[in-house]
Amino acid sequence: MSALTRRAALALLAAPALARAQGQARLVVVGGGFGGASAARFARLTAPEVAVTLIEPQPRFITCPYGNLVLGGLREMDTITFGYAGLVKLGVRVVQDRAVGIDPVARRVRLGGGESVEYDRLILSPGIALRWDAIEGYDEAAAQLMPHAWIAADGAQLRLLQRQLQAMPDGGVVGLAIPPNPFRCPPGPYERISMIAHWLKRHKPRAKILALDAKERFSKQPLFQDAWRALYGGMIEWVPGNVDGRVVQVDARARVLETELGTRHRVDVANVIPPQSAAAIALDSGLADRSGWVPVDYRSFEARNAPGIHVIGDANQPGPMPKSGFIANNSAKQAVASALAALRGAPPPEGVYFNTCYSHVAPDYGISIVGIFRPNADGSAVIEDRDGGGTSPRGDLPDQRRLEAGYADAWYESITADMFSDA
Amino acid sequence: MTHRPSRATLLFGLLAVAPLPAAAETGALVAQGCLGCHGPNGAGMGPVPALAGRDGAELRALMQAFRDGTRPATIMDRIARGYTEAEVAAAVEHFAGSR
Ligand SMILES: Cc1cc2nc3c(=O)[nH]c(=O)nc-3n(C[C@H](O)[C@H](O)[C@H](O)COP(=O)(O)OP(=O)(O)OC[C@H]3O[C@@H](n4cnc5c(N)ncnc54)[C@H](O)[C@@H]3O)c2cc1C
Ligand code: HEC
Repeated sequence: MSALTRRAALALLAAPALARAQGQARLVVVGGGFGGASAARFARLTAPEVAVTLIEPQPRFITCPYGNLVLGGLREMDTITFGYAGLVKLGVRVVQDRAVGIDPVARRVRLGGGESVEYDRLILSPGIALRWDAIEGYDEAAAQLMPHAWIAADGAQLRLLQRQLQAMPDGGVVGLAIPPNPFRCPPGPYERISMIAHWLKRHKPRAKILALDAKERFSKQPLFQDAWRALYGGMIEWVPGNVDGRVVQVDARARVLETELGTRHRVDVANVIPPQSAAAIALDSGLADRSGWVPVDYRSFEARNAPGIHVIGDANQPGPMPKSGFIANNSAKQAVASALAALRGAPPPEGVYFNTCYSHVAPDYGISIVGIFRPNADGSAVIEDRDGGGTSPRGDLPDQRRLEAGYADAWYESITADMFSDA
Repeated sequence: MTHRPSRATLLFGLLAVAPLPAAAETGALVAQGCLGCHGPNGAGMGPVPALAGRDGAELRALMQAFRDGTRPATIMDRIARGYTEAEVAAAVEHFAGSR
């Protein structure tokens, strides 16, 4: 353990006595993605006397971040795939199963395989579910013809989209349906458009991209649109919601995307990113409200209606924070620190939450957005810092763009090490 | 090479210290945010420079220069301006002296 981690341990866990049910205090984490893996690792490094169990059904985790680079031909699938051996080596008990129920009174998580796991504190980071009722005709079967590729799972959706792009005729049209806010990764669809354009430019230069958006504005919009003009000429057409961009219905077999005013767009490849909610376990256990997301106390990320259960990552109502991997990673640490504090009867530490989302618009062309956030005094809201943060500067700045593309790769290596590395 | 304590001594150390003030705890968490680009434990990652083990005054001065815009940056200017001086000082403490 490094000196830094040791110091973090000292600061976070100056705890002579952790309350424990019987023997060791038990922290259970549901979901081994950006929030959950980060939480499990951080807990082991800072509180080695706490027993940490991670529940995750997938044997390997494929990151959504950098999935777009696979479509762009910049990355191979195996470079965005991670295993849990590092966490096991750190002493995390990894249970390969799905949580199917939570009993907040008995403090027990029920697993698909029948086993139950008891906890003193629970951290839930199950990610999102797709709303199969939101776009007429877009259900799980339709997603086999019109991939979403918005939940990585075993990677099949991303591979399907990639195969369809490869099989498409030059001169064909790639259609995207992009959801209203809030959704996972606000700049993600636009990075995807960029990476598909990059790939098409090299392999099918006569093809077009038709991006049908439910919104009028999007993250890093001026930077994306500057880059699209400069790099991809007339290849990309983005249609905002107020110009009939919102897709309300699809015909998956006929490959038709139909918008609000009844315009039917026949495309050759359709990538439908539907509206989303918190993952099933958060809905089924009654943690989410009618918005479909889980309201939390922003000081500790404890669910408003279930003390002792910290809900982090995309599943919560993030206020002005984006649903990003970086926020999931960062709030994981606050949730762990708060859970450990609660076990010794102390309040959560003061929170400062950090986000950066890098996007690649071409191999040597990166752009970024930064946000720094703090909870208010009673934890009912999160406030974005106004002095810091913001997007990369606009203008013809090739050095900035090239450097940011390289720094984005450093971010990816750093954050995935912070989730999965064994030291 | 710093001395790496065994888990047992670490645990003993933990149990022996008095609770740190909230500022130190927040500083530890601010520093955690930096690891998202500066590599595990702040050891650096590819082109992103290391922070671990560096002089605290030097790191504070660098952060001040990013904040003032007197040091060229692609992103650290936007990051440095988002933290209070106290938060930066507390975070820097965690990197200074670590290796
Ligand atoms: C194309 C794309 C690009 C992106 N790029 C970026 C980027 O550049 N930077 C960035 O910061 N973010 C990016 N994101 C966003 C990022 O992927 C998410 O914000 C992040 O994954 C959220 O973390 P999470 O822990 O909430 O969910 P996830 O990382 O999805 O993890 C959830 C885990 O929980 C498991 N799970 C679900 N239900 C259960 C259950 N019942 N029991 C047990 N386990 C369960 C799942 O199998 C999964 O492994 C991108 C997203 C997409 C789609
Ligand atoms: C999103 C990625 C990212 C995060 C998060 C980040 N940094 Fe940086 N840091 C960089 C990059 C990139 C540079 C190189 C300068 C630049 O281009 O802005 C850098 C440079 C620095 C330097 C200058 C080092 C030198 O020797 O030149 C310091 C000091 C620094 N960062 C401190 C911090 C601290 C403290 C934090 C947390 C509060 C932090 N950084 C968070 C990306 C990041």
